[in-house]
Amino acid sequence: MNTAAAKFAAPADIEAFSQAVRGKIRADSKVVRVCIGTGCAAKGSRKIYELFRQAAEQSMDDVKIEAKCVGCHGFCERGPIVVVEPGEILYQRVEEPDVAEIFRETVLGGRVIERLLYEDSATGTRASKAEEIPFYAVQKRIVLENNGRIDPARITDYIAQGGYSALAKVLSSMTPEDVIAEVEASGLRGRGGGGFPTARKWRSCREAKGKPKYVVCNGDEGDPGAFMDRSIMEGNPHSVIEGMLIGAYAIGSEQGYIYVRNEYPLAVEHLGTAISQAREMGLLGKNILGGTLSFDIEINRGGGAFVCGESTALMASLEGRAGVPRAKYIHTVESGLRNKPTNLNNVETWANIPAIINRGGRWFADIGTKNSKGTKVFSLVGNVRNTGLVEVPMGITLRRIIDEIGGGVRDGKRFKAVQTGGPSGGCIPAEHLDTRVDFDELTKLGSMMGSGGMIVMDEDTCMVRVAKYFTEFLQKESCGKCTPCREGLAQMLHILGRITDGEGQVGDIVRLEELADLLEGTALCALGKTAANPVLSTIRYFRDEYDAHIRDRHCPAKECRGLFRYEIDEEACKACGICLKACPVDAITGEKKVPHVIDQDKCTLCGTCWEKCPFTAVMKV
Amino acid sequence: MSEEIELTGQIVKHYGSDKGMLIPMMQDLQAECGYLPIGHLRCLAERLDVPLSRLYSVATFYSSFRLAPKGAHDVTLCMGTVCYLKGSPMILEAISREFNVEAGGTTADRLFSLQAVNCVGACALAPVMVVDGKYYDGVTPQSAIEIIQAFPCEEETAEPSAKEGAK
Repeated sequence: MNTAAAKFAAPADIEAFSQAVRGKIRADSKVVRVCIGTGCAAKGSRKIYELFRQAAEQSMDDVKIEAKCVGCHGFCERGPIVVVEPGEILYQRVEEPDVAEIFRETVLGGRVIERLLYEDSATGTRASKAEEIPFYAVQKRIVLENNGRIDPARITDYIAQGGYSALAKVLSSMTPEDVIAEVEASGLRGRGGGGFPTARKWRSCREAKGKPKYVVCNGDEGDPGAFMDRSIMEGNPHSVIEGMLIGAYAIGSEQGYIYVRNEYPLAVEHLGTAISQAREMGLLGKNILGGTLSFDIEINRGGGAFVCGESTALMASLEGRAGVPRAKYIHTVESGLRNKPTNLNNVETWANIPAIINRGGRWFADIGTKNSKGTKVFSLVGNVRNTGLVEVPMGITLRRIIDEIGGGVRDGKRFKAVQTGGPSGGCIPAEHLDTRVDFDELTKLGSMMGSGGMIVMDEDTCMVRVAKYFTEFLQKESCGKCTPCREGLAQMLHILGRITDGEGQVGDIVRLEELADLLEGTALCALGKTAANPVLSTIRYFRDEYDAHIRDRHCPAKECRGLFRYEIDEEACKACGICLKACPVDAITGEKKVPHVIDQDKCTLCGTCWEKCPFTAVMKV
Repeated sequence: MSEEIELTGQIVKHYGSDKGMLIPMMQDLQAECGYLPIGHLRCLAERLDVPLSRLYSVATFYSSFRLAPKGAHDVTLCMGTVCYLKGSPMILEAISREFNVEAGGTTADRLFSLQAVNCVGACALAPVMVVDGKYYDGVTPQSAIEIIQAFPCEEETAEPSAKEGAK
């Protein structure tokens, strides 16, 4: 079988094609892989790719050199990332002028350019390969394995790496029941936040009465601070499609939908390309691989509403209505989209399926803890040294993720909390950093796994303000259908607002707890039921900060305007006059060689002097 | 009037008159017109045989729809958790003050529309501002204003702020 675009007629065709493509790749031994994920692209990687492509075209070298766009490597902080094969040499923070040098030295000459390698800031050692960098070394990549290796816009790349072999296996040798049993053996639980056993959901939907049945992929990744699903959809869209195909076969569905957030244009583009390629090659459409399975996928772009991440709201949106959830007395697997049986899974869940089928449920179940199997992708962000996407086995401690992969808190600050689970999650303090990452353990701490956002906060973060941020977010995103969520969140926000303004009242904490209790017990959907988690977890672990705001009118982290003062350190002040000129209300006095002073009566606490002082002599007290 | 009929006709046809595809239809309409003009919405409602109020409910529920024309440029500021922690509220304040525009609004001269969104999913680059689809990382109140001020002379905005992120 040749490697030109072909249409597969039988399961065995895929392996033959894959071999043919791989055979061809071996001859073309030199490849430059440029990351074009949103992070690297923001730092100009598309231009860098273009330059490599031109250099490769103009090269007189006998060996064929290929420049390739690939998906996110995860190490967005260090972008743009360029990997040169052979040798898997990873260059970080590559800039346009570096391209010629990389091409001359590394691609043609086989020499490593030291200054572009990752340098460990603690030890000063440089790493030439990804696996030598602690950020990657601690990770275990299943879902992200091919991210950064394959060109998401080329189906041949995916197939060469073993893509669609799971589909071939399923269609040639497994019954739908076998597939569900395999997924059941893996112990896979939904990666979107709920953690519901995937196989049980599939079985219920398979057994539900009514036709047609729908398979839906939830790509409405709305949690602020999370971008796992974006990177999977952008970097390896075929893995999601293959997962959905296998799910469709197991459940008995002919139509799938991928609901993608409006803010992810690149994901929509790559998924669109991937779907049309899969159709051309006979992997989507009628009688796939010559068998009885017929299945196709449509992409729907979200309209920009957080609540649409909730299953019933998402389905309402797919029906062309406002995304308002409904009560779930009847499960969506029985009556979901257009009142038909509907199976909804998250992007990451779908992307796990091909690996489970290929390597077996047992292999997957060997990774992780008793009730949480496999790996989980987190977006490790905030005040850590290395930020980016990380995939770790379940059961790893929070401390290892933050210290070993993340490199610890940046700028020498002290760790205060890690926020997991998105706006409905909670803040976990330092004393619980040795907790194992697992659906149940995180819930016990008053947080949750959620979809996988992990935001590290340092000592300068005010936890009351964090609680207020999430409450404000959820209050804005509340659809307004049920009263507890609509009114309860507004009341909570009102109370948090007065606390951060220094007008908190004795009893406010109790009032917050009462409202939280009400929400949890009576709100209609998951958004409302869990909305109080950020408030409850910060009260649980950082009560002293609430007390300081209310009782002392003081913000310990010095973030809440009005609850701290600015003063000038006499010793550090060089009397340069910069703050004096910059002060908009002339509250600063001083002369040459005389340390300046802030008149507290006049000061409006705007912070301009603090920002402008070149000697950091202005202090928050 | 005929333009409204023609455009909505094309869109409805593209989706096979499926009422369930109302949101994609409205997205296409907005992509074409820049916003959702009332005349077009009336036309669309008529063709699909759904009440105009249903279109209005969808248009006002989802934050990406707008019922008024937007500015020549799109400025989107990310207010996700990480951007928020790293100072995006200050950036929003600075832009609002400098150009006299609120989040969700358009400047009086229609130069740009300002949007504050939940999260653009580029948290490793925080704080992030997206201008006409181009991502700027490590933005400060000062640099945000400079990026916007450079609008009239387009060529100058082509310089990315990559250096800032590398520091």
